[in-house]
Amino acid sequence: MSENPDDDGIVLTEAQKRARRSRSIAIALALAALVVLFYAMTLVKGPGVLIRPI
Amino acid sequence: MSLVSEGVEVRGPLVAGVGEPSLATVGDYIALMKPRVMSLVVFTALVGLAVAPGSLHPVAAFTALLSIAVGAGAAGALNMWYDADVDALMTRTARRPVPMGRVLPGEALAFGLTLGSFAVVVLGLLVNWVAAALLAFTIFFYIVIYTIWLKRSTPQNIVIGGAAGAFPPMIGWAAVTGSLSLEPALLFLIIFFWTPPHFWALALYRTEDYARARIPMLPVVSGDASTRRQIMLYTLVLVPLGVAPWAFGYTGALYGVTALVTGAIMVILGWQVFRESRPAERASRNLFAFSILYLFLLFAVLLVERGWGGLIARLAA
Repeated sequence: MSENPDDDGIVLTEAQKRARRSRSIAIALALAALVVLFYAMTLVKGPGVLIRPI
Repeated sequence: MSLVSEGVEVRGPLVAGVGEPSLATVGDYIALMKPRVMSLVVFTALVGLAVAPGSLHPVAAFTALLSIAVGAGAAGALNMWYDADVDALMTRTARRPVPMGRVLPGEALAFGLTLGSFAVVVLGLLVNWVAAALLAFTIFFYIVIYTIWLKRSTPQNIVIGGAAGAFPPMIGWAAVTGSLSLEPALLFLIIFFWTPPHFWALALYRTEDYARARIPMLPVVSGDASTRRQIMLYTLVLVPLGVAPWAFGYTGALYGVTALVTGAIMVILGWQVFRESRPAERASRNLFAFSILYLFLLFAVLLVERGWGGLIARLAA
């Protein structure tokens, strides 16, 4: 992938870069929260976490 | 806040092609989830969860409420994806992220599907699959049955579609018990019959908006007088249902008094709407505003009277 700014392609504006950065941070936080949630629920359920009647 | 007013070119679906870099902020995505609707959904689900018999670990209760909130947000995002064209035509909704061009329709669709899938799977894996199935059905009902099918095809749209907003207390109940019974069904019926007078009161003073968007709300299709009569009828069904949890012995005197007093006010306001005629709209606005307080009070008192002790006990467990 070329780094040449003269190449044709999408060049993000500063506003777009800021928006993308804030979205990326939000996604990272949401995924981290999901990991914490699964960890906490695994502790809560203990060995019962493996018992999954449908 | 309009992008045009900031001197930034609007790049939305209504003016731009596919593949434009997105300017959507985190705030736009939060707006997609309809946070005010979400807060009512979480509150009613909390009441369903708190009044249910049995116990649920506080972390599991939090997980259930979080999943229900995210599921409601997913439904909101999918609704805004599908309704972007009509939202753009209505004053109340024209500033939503998709019609404003801040979020592309494809982004709203992907966001909604992702959130909805996560919400259902997390609820199923971490709490139980009955609640998860109910949540999945609620999202399906709101999007496919209400938004895609009924909203643009029949004046009964919000009557049947109102079921989607009535499910959250049942999901909360199912999260604790893994099953359903008469009591959560009563909570369902209260919200179900609350929805038509609430939204028709709004539609009475937003008739032009709905007509411009070609949405067949009752005032647009059947006229002003018929809508006011229907509001009165539904209010007369709603008020006894509001009292029913007390009549069936599920609640104490505080709930009974609250349901009777606020129910009487609902009937009076409904009667004023019935007697009012266009262009006057004060009674409709009053009913719309009070109906929100009515539902909130019923569920808040239920929470205090029936659920609070159980909730505290669960948190202390």
